[in-house]
Amino acid sequence: MTTRDTDDRIILAHGGGGELTNRLLRERIVPKLANPLLDPLNDSAVLERPGARVCMTTDAYVVQPIEFPGGDIGRLAVCGTVNDLAVMGARPLALSLALILEEGLPMSGLDRIMDSIAAAAAEANVPVATGDTKTVERREGDGVMIATAGIGEMREGARMDASRIEPGDVVLINGCIADHGLAVMSAREHLAFETELRTDAAPLNGLIAVVLDTGADVKFMRDPTRGGVAGVLTDLTEATGLTVEVDEAAIPISRTALHTAEMLGLDPLSVANEGKVVMAVSANDAERVLAACRGQKYGKDAAVIGRFTDVAPPLAELITRAGGRRIVTRPYGEELPRIC
Amino acid sequence: MCLAVPGKIVKVTGSGDDPLNGRVATVDMQGSRVEASLAMTPDADVGDWVLVHAGFALTVVDEAEAKETWEALQIALGDDDGSVEFSGSD
Amino acid sequence: MDRAAIRRMVDELGAILSTRDGIRIMEVCGTHTVSLFRSGIKSMLPSSLKLISGPGCPVCVTSQGYLDAACELAARPDVTICTYGDMVRVPGRHGSLADRRGGGAEVIVVYSARDALKYAEDHPDRNTAFLAIGFETTTPATAATILAAKAKGLENFFILPAHKLVIPAMKALVSGGDVPLDGFLCPGHVSVVIGADAYRPIAEKFGKPCVVAGFEPRQMLEGILGIARQLAEGRSQVDNVYGVAVTREGNPLARDLMDKVFIAADAVWRAMGTIPMSGLDLRPEYKCFDAFDHFGVEQGPDVSPDGCLCGEVIQGKSEPADCALFGVACSPLSPVGPCMVSSEGACAAWYKYHRKA
Repeated sequence: MTTRDTDDRIILAHGGGGELTNRLLRERIVPKLANPLLDPLNDSAVLERPGARVCMTTDAYVVQPIEFPGGDIGRLAVCGTVNDLAVMGARPLALSLALILEEGLPMSGLDRIMDSIAAAAAEANVPVATGDTKTVERREGDGVMIATAGIGEMREGARMDASRIEPGDVVLINGCIADHGLAVMSAREHLAFETELRTDAAPLNGLIAVVLDTGADVKFMRDPTRGGVAGVLTDLTEATGLTVEVDEAAIPISRTALHTAEMLGLDPLSVANEGKVVMAVSANDAERVLAACRGQKYGKDAAVIGRFTDVAPPLAELITRAGGRRIVTRPYGEELPRIC
Repeated sequence: MCLAVPGKIVKVTGSGDDPLNGRVATVDMQGSRVEASLAMTPDADVGDWVLVHAGFALTVVDEAEAKETWEALQIALGDDDGSVEFSGSD
Repeated sequence: MDRAAIRRMVDELGAILSTRDGIRIMEVCGTHTVSLFRSGIKSMLPSSLKLISGPGCPVCVTSQGYLDAACELAARPDVTICTYGDMVRVPGRHGSLADRRGGGAEVIVVYSARDALKYAEDHPDRNTAFLAIGFETTTPATAATILAAKAKGLENFFILPAHKLVIPAMKALVSGGDVPLDGFLCPGHVSVVIGADAYRPIAEKFGKPCVVAGFEPRQMLEGILGIARQLAEGRSQVDNVYGVAVTREGNPLARDLMDKVFIAADAVWRAMGTIPMSGLDLRPEYKCFDAFDHFGVEQGPDVSPDGCLCGEVIQGKSEPADCALFGVACSPLSPVGPCMVSSEGACAAWYKYHRKA
């Protein structure tokens, strides 16, 4: 058996959001911290207080390069944090922002990132309430890394809980997949392609509020960032013990993203998204949720993509365009390093 | 490894005898563009469809046949059987 | 997607198979293996139609010794390794390229030999070594890149050559006689270069139908059906359903490029030993680009990890699930052999798409 250095040290793929990340968390990180707030490992933690349920989340952004078609690390940081709160059924109240700036970063670059953060925060209607700024020596020329935290207040009656999902419930997504990951890839130096694709980074708290306002029974939400839709579908199967059956032809994807993914040899289901939410909804409420999404800026292409069944063994299964079937699994982890 | 995708040449630059960069095409892949050397397809020109692999055009393909063969092109052009829920937006 | 047409073809396959005692088709190309799974076509095929993975996965057939040489090179502080992504995680005797990168080595994933050349031009202070693996689809690209490097007088660009040829491997497999095979699904894009006629010796001399197909779901099904029809009719010919891209003669210019820079030589295929005249070495006038020579690294012995059946799998002698390590000690998360690492590897495809919980 060969020496495996992944047992001894971190490799890039540990941050990919796939299986390797999963394992790192389960074996080395979570066990040391284990507590009831952390254990569910949801997008945010819920703190129960007399008279309020507070939602708390944290994120780190190391995307490379820091500027890419349609956005930048600043917009990502705000939207990602806001969305982690929103998918829990919380109203985001405030964000914190820790900037780690690399020696040599042009001031004009910092200015653009800050403008972006301000614009995204304004769009989401969530203030940056506190922050910190540090500098580090010149390294890879990344320029900026960002760590955030977010606080939200759980909506009355919101109960996002995968254990509530039953056979017959459906899976929805608010729009086209794979744009973000592919847009970032196009900005990487040694991959020479240009694209019309733009990151889909967007704050979804507005859309999610409108959906929840309909009174529909939304049982679970998650944003398919690193690991893509495939990651979330796998999460759902594991969390529910049910099979998720997804119709490939129903998954919204732009023709450009489809062709570009094929060109790069990537499965669109594994590509990161930053303006998407996957929802598990009671079947009766699907139409209502779709209508609510489609009336919103970030939900125009919303669609039902699949459903839960009790077919054993529980798997995430794709009904392909050709009419066949295949399993969906969480990607390994390094397909697109440093994508968010 | 055997990944090759069809696209339409929208621009050709260069000339001359450099086997790698002699003539280089910008190939449109339904909204993404990639550069491909025409070293193996010297007669290809703007408007032609080519099959691109690893930064090179391997061969010229007939546009109509390409649309018949590649599912992604069928979907893009809406020739699908209607069960696709996709966004035509770019 | 014309689901009705697909259904009709599947039904016809079923009808042919009902008259036979099973059919065994080798998918020469790893991309066919994966595409058949990914498109869901595999799930629709009659169960007595056996698809056997073949040696058409460049990463899977690259010898352990080559990988060890690449890792050795990567550890040198003045060298940047440029490689196709799949090579990065294959375990060598002392770890993988990913491990080397974790230890500070510069290993960069590229999609094209041209990208590697550009890297060399942009970083004149470093030596760039490109891991040149792949079959005839990819070899002309490497050849053109070497010619450009020569024309530009670059002295910091090298390749670690391991290109291989498909026909000699197919001949070795079919003449070995170990693996019962009824026909070959031939790699579409290799065929763009070598031409459909290249398979005639296999079809005619060994009596095995060969059908060239592309990678779209309908293409692959047409290819498989083409083989089944030939068997039903007692024919053994070369058919080509990928006429949009493949001609009988292939692309002579591409072959000229290959021929200008490379010369056929014996090559070591993982766990298959040496297959005569199945690989490509740099010709003497381009040897200055050979990283083995320039850096004085040697291709080590091809030693398979204990229990690893990759060598059997690529020859079609075993299925991934036959390997005792499959899914247990060997998984995409902790692969033992290249068939589990490569995006075209049979084991990775099985693990990802086939296994039930």
